[in-house]
Amino acid sequence: MQRGLDSETKKQLEEEEKKIISEEHWYLDLPELKEKESFIIEEQSFLLCEDLLYGRMSFRGFNPEVEKLMLHMNAKHKAEEVEDETVELDVSDEEMARRYETLVGTIGKKFARKRDHANYEEDENGDIQPIKAKKMFLKPQD
Amino acid sequence: MAEAASVAAECLAGCRARGARSVLGQVVLPGEELLLPEQEDAEGPGGAGERPLSLNAGARSRVRVICGPGLRRCGDRLLVTKCGRLRHKEPGGGGGGVYWVDSQQKRYVPVKGDHVIGIVTAKSGDIFKVDVGGSEPASLSYLSFEGATKRNRPNVQVGDLIYGQFVVANKDMEPEMVCIDSCGRANGMGVIGQDGLLFKVTLGLIRKLLAPDCEIIQEVGKLYPLEIVFGMNGRIWVKAKTIQQTLILANILEACEHMTSDQRKQIFSRLAES
Repeated sequence: MQRGLDSETKKQLEEEEKKIISEEHWYLDLPELKEKESFIIEEQSFLLCEDLLYGRMSFRGFNPEVEKLMLHMNAKHKAEEVEDETVELDVSDEEMARRYETLVGTIGKKFARKRDHANYEEDENGDIQPIKAKKMFLKPQD
Repeated sequence: MAEAASVAAECLAGCRARGARSVLGQVVLPGEELLLPEQEDAEGPGGAGERPLSLNAGARSRVRVICGPGLRRCGDRLLVTKCGRLRHKEPGGGGGGVYWVDSQQKRYVPVKGDHVIGIVTAKSGDIFKVDVGGSEPASLSYLSFEGATKRNRPNVQVGDLIYGQFVVANKDMEPEMVCIDSCGRANGMGVIGQDGLLFKVTLGLIRKLLAPDCEIIQEVGKLYPLEIVFGMNGRIWVKAKTIQQTLILANILEACEHMTSDQRKQIFSRLAES
């Protein structure tokens, strides 16, 4: 005697259950509306429309902190409109690169041991190169 | 019947719909529909029903237009919902600019991002209830102050004035405000100090006073040392050295809405003499 149902009958029963459940679901019987991509964005804020100044103000030194804030906030606001001008560099990029190149060597030299000093005097041009490879213990061949 | 009615409605709407560009600076009334510039060009020459064939019929390069306060989107057009003057601002980079209606009202509706002055009305647990002049009191958490932690609570009492901005403000939820910006700095927000006077004006006046080229503020600043805080909800807080100066300042700001520039200059010159 077989207990339970066959796999086929089970599948049939499951399908029937699914059909019943899906038919019970509500759906709108409307024709499909084509969604138009809208090019109009709605905003309710006046911040986008008008450039308003910062709301806290102080005059003739009544509140120095607020006066500093006023300069900061209104300048920030104006700086956003005018795209940031590049800050004039005191030191050019090339000079920085050159300095860094030599800097790595000089600082590295400070921490190098006496035996490694030899590595630092190799280059002819005068540029200091970093340590190449640490000398490991070589097992003597018998 | 239904078809006839809809056709009639379209005709009426077509008659009344004006181009947004042609109405700039003029008074518009609620219910008017405005055409955006691109639609104007399309419907102008081909108004009789024939449309000139364009090569790129499918690929329309439409720019994004922002409709600001007083306008709503209605299909492809703008629908006016408040009466006032129509304004337009050219876009900085990309986009199609902003259109909005410059209207006048006294009642404030909370808008996200606005800086407002609120009065603390209640303190319940971890949040303060702040009255901002809207339909509901806004909630302000005690952690939304600069340098506030669970152990280090801000010193805020009922009746204090708070200058903060909204983070949540829509018609479905209770408005929430904070006194820090997105980086966690106060930037002038928080409890407004002692003394001074708080009074209410119309929203349009606040925007007029906060315009970058406002003469009133420049003239007021030359009178005597003072401090002003403007809230976008129509509230202004002023403070000067003596009570009399504070009251003069409050009266000037309330009255300057209805004065012409000549009258204003007269009053300022009289004040400067005394």
